[in-house]
Amino acid sequence: MAISEPVVVPQSGAADRLARTWAQPRGFWGWFQNVHHTAIGVRFMVTSFIFFLLGGVLAAMMRWQLVRPEHNAIGPDLYNQLFTVHGSTMIFLFAVPMMFQGFGVYVVPHMCGTRNIAFPRLNAFSYYIYVVGALLLWVGLFLKTGADAGWFAYVPLSGPEFTPGKRSDFWAQMITFTEVSALGVAICITTTILRYRAPGMTLNRMPILLWEKLVTSIMVIFAMPSVMVVSSMLLMDRTINTQFFNPSVGGDVLLYQHLFWFFGHPEVYIIFLPATAIVSTVVAVFARRHIFGYVPIVTSVVATGFLGFSVWVHHMFATGLPQMSASFFTAASLMIVIPTAVQFYCWMATIWHGRLQLKLPMLWIFGFFFVFLIGGLSGVMLASVPLDWQVHDTFFVVAHFHYVLIGGALFPMFGGMYFWIPKITGRMMNDRLGKIHFWLFFVGFNLTFFTMHFLGLHGMPRRVYTYTPEMRWGALNLLATIGVVFMTAGILVFIANFFQSKATGRFAGPNPWGAGSLEWAMPSPPPHYNFLELPTVNGREALWEAEPNQPIVGGVREDIPEVLVTNTLDSEPEYRDELPGPSIWPFLTAIAVSIAFIWSIFSPWGIAYGAIPVVITLIGWLWPRGHSPSPRVPEPALEARWIR
Amino acid sequence: MIGFSRVPLLAAGVFASYPGDHSILHPAGPQASNIEWLYWVIFWIVFVVYVVVVLGFMRAGARTYTSADEMLPIMKDEAGDRRASWAVGSAITITVLTLFAVLVMSEITGKKVEGETSKNPVTIQVIGHQWWWEVIYPDPQADQTVTTANEIHVPVGKRVVILTNSADVIHSFWAPSINGKRDLLPGYSSAFWLQIDQPGVYHGQCAEFCGLQHAHMGFSIVAEREDAFSQWKAQQLKPAQDPTELVTVHGRDVFLTHACVMCHTIRGTDAGSRLGPDLTHIASRQMIAAETLPNTPGALAGWIVDPQRIKPGNRMSPNPLQPDDLQALITYLQTLK
Amino acid sequence: MDPIRERPVLDVSGLPTVMFGKANTTWLANLLYMMIEGTMFALVVASYFYLRTRSSSWPPGNLPPTLGWGITSGAIFLISLVPARYAQRVAPSGDRSKIRWGLLALAGVAVIAMVVRGFELANLNCRWNENAYASTVWALLGLHTGHLITEFIETVVILCVSFTDKMEGTRLADVAINSDYWYFVVVTAILSDFVIYGTTRFL
Repeated sequence: MAISEPVVVPQSGAADRLARTWAQPRGFWGWFQNVHHTAIGVRFMVTSFIFFLLGGVLAAMMRWQLVRPEHNAIGPDLYNQLFTVHGSTMIFLFAVPMMFQGFGVYVVPHMCGTRNIAFPRLNAFSYYIYVVGALLLWVGLFLKTGADAGWFAYVPLSGPEFTPGKRSDFWAQMITFTEVSALGVAICITTTILRYRAPGMTLNRMPILLWEKLVTSIMVIFAMPSVMVVSSMLLMDRTINTQFFNPSVGGDVLLYQHLFWFFGHPEVYIIFLPATAIVSTVVAVFARRHIFGYVPIVTSVVATGFLGFSVWVHHMFATGLPQMSASFFTAASLMIVIPTAVQFYCWMATIWHGRLQLKLPMLWIFGFFFVFLIGGLSGVMLASVPLDWQVHDTFFVVAHFHYVLIGGALFPMFGGMYFWIPKITGRMMNDRLGKIHFWLFFVGFNLTFFTMHFLGLHGMPRRVYTYTPEMRWGALNLLATIGVVFMTAGILVFIANFFQSKATGRFAGPNPWGAGSLEWAMPSPPPHYNFLELPTVNGREALWEAEPNQPIVGGVREDIPEVLVTNTLDSEPEYRDELPGPSIWPFLTAIAVSIAFIWSIFSPWGIAYGAIPVVITLIGWLWPRGHSPSPRVPEPALEARWIR
Repeated sequence: MIGFSRVPLLAAGVFASYPGDHSILHPAGPQASNIEWLYWVIFWIVFVVYVVVVLGFMRAGARTYTSADEMLPIMKDEAGDRRASWAVGSAITITVLTLFAVLVMSEITGKKVEGETSKNPVTIQVIGHQWWWEVIYPDPQADQTVTTANEIHVPVGKRVVILTNSADVIHSFWAPSINGKRDLLPGYSSAFWLQIDQPGVYHGQCAEFCGLQHAHMGFSIVAEREDAFSQWKAQQLKPAQDPTELVTVHGRDVFLTHACVMCHTIRGTDAGSRLGPDLTHIASRQMIAAETLPNTPGALAGWIVDPQRIKPGNRMSPNPLQPDDLQALITYLQTLK
Repeated sequence: MDPIRERPVLDVSGLPTVMFGKANTTWLANLLYMMIEGTMFALVVASYFYLRTRSSSWPPGNLPPTLGWGITSGAIFLISLVPARYAQRVAPSGDRSKIRWGLLALAGVAVIAMVVRGFELANLNCRWNENAYASTVWALLGLHTGHLITEFIETVVILCVSFTDKMEGTRLADVAINSDYWYFVVVTAILSDFVIYGTTRFL
């Protein structure tokens, strides 16, 4: 880009004007009108962390019941609800809302160099809808009529004949709520990444985290509909007597499994890819260099996105499939290891030819390397059909998926928290407490879950509320339960660290880690207008490759909430778009939709009558509030130009 | 709670041997043996991979580690990156080849396991119920068909095919020392082959969550010599022995006049319901209540009087019997060998 | 970025504030939404075909749905393309009168389509709770009907807005995008009709 003499840009008053324009309302009702991505992102993260803790309590209860043979602390009915709500909470109410929605909504607009996320009201609506769905599941548990057919709720067990009452209905409708929420956020994030990037941030210069959020969003768009379809079919079988899964009239129980796992497998990559995004980001910063293998890593991320949809039948190897089918899915399940292996080697190369500064976030990334890898390798074992026939539905699988989910998502999540919390709160977290948290959690986790591999090999199936002393599983179960103590201690240390640092931690400043992406170009915590001067970008790590006189963007209005929209491939400026300001309609619409969805569990007319308030609130949402003069008819387009 | 003196016992417990009849690492037939072989091969491959990669990360970290407190300037290492490209490329190639090897070995093992079929197997139908196993040895002639529950007998060294089905929800038939598992799906019937080479009693357990008493849905496979198996089968075909003594006649009357007949069959009497396990030869079984309790008079009495205490939520209602009725009933049932 | 400094500036003040066509971000959101709903349709159709492989006769013991209503429905949807395209074409011009007529015609055809849909549902020759075939057919048509109704309501809302002075700028782009969504409703209608009426007769 040819640039002529630099021009002084008047700064006085800009900060105040922007602050006024982008201010979010205060007070009780103001909270429900907030549409800024930082607020919504923080809400997702805090709420999902609370559900993580609640899910953890359920896990501790289960481990307590299993601590010795024929323990009578918890009976089968409660136990079945515990593992169902634990699994459902961790996957639907914690992992996706935290990794994809929370982190994504917070960081993506910053990394793009823009002032807010696309479709801010849809983003806010997605948060409220998620909360209602989460509460629905837990209210069921507290009323002792909780979902109890497992987190994937296979039919016929979860169907009308074998689970009477509302239990599976709460589960199925919780799915609807959380999937609508995730889909809403996916639309916001996809649009932000494709169209709101700063000029100069071509696709080839996009941070890996943005690539990963983009791929994850597309995965959400194709995968979530599957679980919505299947959970709706289950709900209809239970409420209006459809027969999708009734074999005696042409229904099929495997249809459920196909539809569920067509979603279920991509779902775990929806959780894992955002974690690898954190790893790629943090590794580069703490090896003090550009990530090695940007192109192979991006290719791997995209490949994982595609391949994630081709492996779902590996959850069904024990159902007596035709051999050809089993072979194909084994091959696909082994193939999907390759992109992740590529990323591992690139990360290793980055550190090998970099300069490692092992700060706290990086410690967690090393934890991820050592822990996730065990899960990935036990996954190779599970991909092999004959071996899967033995260890499927045993504690071996429980060990595997906890290693990949905790190792693969939770460790990067904690690393990401220590990395980005200084940006969010403005204060550094305590280093020593962070290390204590790490070691307690690392030891406890391995103690609990490594032992489970042996339990599975020695015949202990999943989802059993007790076992006899003759099976000789007692010692290993005791060890596994002890691990919980360490993990709990570690998490308590983290929570204490968070609150203490928020109050009295060292001030972080804009870029305590010397990182390269755009979120570190703002003060910590960032103001609601994000960037005082909208940036342009010169390379893959914006701040590391910024010229001394890196151009800024001028001409975006400061008196209305306006953002710059650029084109997808080259990020050339295309037009300016006015975003909606704070609004109560997302919240009201979420209430209306919630009423309709919950009513429909109790009566099919719920959808019909409940639709009326939904339509009303949607009209309120969509009705234009033309408070700023926009051209009656679009003017002929002018190009963005350099001030001469 | 947990005293420190128990720690060494725990450690020993971790490595203690497990019941040899219920572990994938203690195979007793060709299917489980083939799978165990595959397990160890893949285990060692992934073990080596893990060690190499972990050492790689540790070396990478150690060789470039600096303890500087402030963040150092950004660096480049183009020569290093060129070398790394070769290393990464090689690593990816080795990974692909290794995965391919795993795929091939998997396929070979799978074919071996599935290939252990026969034109003349012992055929057994296993139908899953909440929470017990209906076991049928079908025969074109109805009076040659054996119906029993939870305890499966097979001849040693012969191929056996299990035809699976379910009467209610999805269950999974799994005896780890014998073979992998096969889901019992309502609406589907599949053929599942196995063969046991050493005589013994092998434990199995339902491995697909099926409701409240999934944890107490066990079965056993008794592998015995051909002649013992034939003898067992012939015995099972006979109708129930007619009671002759006063107490056993009274016991049979208790059975026929209480809730028992609503669910259980005893061939040779009028009781013919198929809702619960067939009791014609209940005394020939080692365990009751789907491998939950030993088949002793005391356990049987406790089970009959209050099954909900032992397997809460299961389909058998409590039967508060008068003590002498109960005693007579137990005595009668014990004659049903 | 450092605060007050001399910096070159990329001046975007000359850029428009409204875009039509695929440069508009709402157009992208609409596309993504069509991908979501399209996947749902695809999965219900896949379930239909999957269940068919598990059945020896199809429909199992039912008459196939009455063809006449399917053809009528398909015809109405094809006719609806005309007002939808018209509204889309005239939207950039800002001519409120033309836009109103286009939207009104579209809404009118949508009403007819909904009435016909009611007859279609009554003439499927099966009840949703009879068997899996019936449940799937009702699910497919029900899913589509939901889209038809919501799209009708959206068209009416935009029609109402077109009577106010707010029908300008981005609202004009919304008219065009609404037509895009209507095309999606038409395409899914034709495909669903083919699955429901065609596969029981031709395949």
